[in-house]
Amino acid sequence: MSTPTLSVTNLRTHFFTKEGVAKAVDGVDFDVAPGEILGLVGESGSGKTVTGFSILGLIDPPGRIVEGSSIRLNGEELTKAKPDRLRAIRGAEIAMIFQDPMMTLNPVLRVDTQMIETVQAHLKVSRAEALARSRAALVQVGIASPDERLRAYPHQFSGGMRQRVAIAIALLHKPKLIVADEPTTALDVTIQGQILFEAQRLCRDSGTSMIWVTHDLAVVAGLADRIAVMYAGRIVEIGRTADVIERPMHPYTKGLIGSVPSQNTRGHKLAQIPGMTPSLLKLPAGCSFKSRCPIAVEQCNTMPELVEHRPGHWARCWRAIAA
Amino acid sequence: MTAGGAPILSLRGITKRFTQKVDLAGKIANSLGAKVRETVVQAVSDVDLDIEEGEVVGLVGESGCGKSTLGRIVAGIQPQSAGTMRWRDKDVGAMNGGERKAWQLAVQMIFQDPFASLNPRLRVSEIVGEAPRVHGLIERGVQAKYVAQMLDQVGLDGSYSTRYPHQFSGGQRQRVGIARALAVKPSFIVCDEAVAALDVSIQAQVLNLFMELRQRFGLTYLFISHNLAVVEHLSDRVAIMYLGRLVEIARAEELFARPNHPYTQALLAEVPTLDAARRVYKPIAGELPSPLDPPSGCAFHPRCPHAFARCKIERPALKEVAPGHLGACHLNDG
Repeated sequence: MSTPTLSVTNLRTHFFTKEGVAKAVDGVDFDVAPGEILGLVGESGSGKTVTGFSILGLIDPPGRIVEGSSIRLNGEELTKAKPDRLRAIRGAEIAMIFQDPMMTLNPVLRVDTQMIETVQAHLKVSRAEALARSRAALVQVGIASPDERLRAYPHQFSGGMRQRVAIAIALLHKPKLIVADEPTTALDVTIQGQILFEAQRLCRDSGTSMIWVTHDLAVVAGLADRIAVMYAGRIVEIGRTADVIERPMHPYTKGLIGSVPSQNTRGHKLAQIPGMTPSLLKLPAGCSFKSRCPIAVEQCNTMPELVEHRPGHWARCWRAIAA
Repeated sequence: MTAGGAPILSLRGITKRFTQKVDLAGKIANSLGAKVRETVVQAVSDVDLDIEEGEVVGLVGESGCGKSTLGRIVAGIQPQSAGTMRWRDKDVGAMNGGERKAWQLAVQMIFQDPFASLNPRLRVSEIVGEAPRVHGLIERGVQAKYVAQMLDQVGLDGSYSTRYPHQFSGGQRQRVGIARALAVKPSFIVCDEAVAALDVSIQAQVLNLFMELRQRFGLTYLFISHNLAVVEHLSDRVAIMYLGRLVEIARAEELFARPNHPYTQALLAEVPTLDAARRVYKPIAGELPSPLDPPSGCAFHPRCPHAFARCKIERPALKEVAPGHLGACHLNDG
């Protein structure tokens, strides 16, 4: 594999609240290669969004990235970067797409104003040049009649179109990495299909790497090259998509796959994971999944390491092979 | 459809229009010669649907297609603008007071957002216990015991009845919502996107609960969802809705195996599945048109890959294409 675009090692993002320290992300390691799509899957509270925000340096107090964490973008350490440098990187080299496009777009400014502003924030170009770039970006994400659309306000767009505009804005500076946080969750199936189609095409054509954060395994199953499953602030399994979906090793991944309804489950009970995600403020000692795990043993009272059980397929479980 | 007996619920020509009247500014503008008209949205158009006792009917469509409005009409929350609804072979519009009350109690609804559908200032004992007490199903003295029993049915601990909604997680709140619906002993439940806001593992728990309750109490469900995988898992029959009209109805196996309408085919092609093969997405172009200005003829024709001249002019009727399988498409006339 070539040098990774992004390399995250021992990322720990903790929130120091009055009630105690919430370890939202606690020791996460992964790489993303150029042009690769990594699916980061987890349920609410698993730390997947905080991981995405940490990469962009968007963690606000009381949260902070703890000493010893490392995030390298093409070899450059981001956790130690000065605010000015981070500001230069955000939007230009790393871009983010959020779940709700209305959070990204300013409702009182026309789309062209917002896009030109984004271009000029990082590049000294004329207004006309910036407008031309914006128009090209809209065409790239498949928006029909871009000239008309540039002069419209966000409320004049449908949900799917807004998300396309948000993606176009993310693409303006041809970033090396896009962090997409549940970008299709709020959209209809047919529109979701259109957005996934654009995302796949963009990564293939431009070599942009992408981290696709989602709670829906089915969405990334057809999209991502590799999948990382997070639980209670840690990656519990990571590997090539086919390996993780077809031969999962961690009981949580197995549980998630079993929970997805499909035609094969008609008339049967879905395999459900008992209980719910533990509070991050009082995680049990040892493996945080042990209280919900069907195959937990005595050994699970000590935290297992993420181990490469098969080539390129890692799991954090004492019983990964036994199960 | 099954032979003997009338269906538990029968809809004929159900239509719902929302009208925005011309406001004062508009009236003034009109007196000066402007032509401000009242805007009419036809959210549901001419829906015929029979639901048999004990059946689970899935109602699928994209946002804005009118599926929730239809659900609210069935649950009696909103009246229809036209058409008749028969409950156990009685016209709902012609019911007397007692019959009407029995119907209203028998049909209950479970809402999408468990955060918005529970009163934050009431304890669970009141959220669940109020309706059965008011309707005289239980005495005040046994309310606590009754609520505990209801909570137990949906897998919550009876001691939770003194808690407020904010003290629960999303999945637990949805269970409280289910307990509230069950508390008045309904026979028909309308679930409007009841699992859409839940995490996958919690969604599985709630779906299992729905099936368990169905077996225990012989419940009938109208299960409204945009999630085809969930509907396929749960439903006996599935109805597909597009821009206010039903475009296809069939038994679930039949619909998923042999979709008739091009819209259904497109929807099925887009469902993300747990298939690790890297997919090539071939999305259908365009979006749901505005219900303020629906396309002429077949409402799907601007997005349809098979559209021909007739589709722009004439609206296709819902016709039987195979036993029990109805589709509304001109291609069926072949």
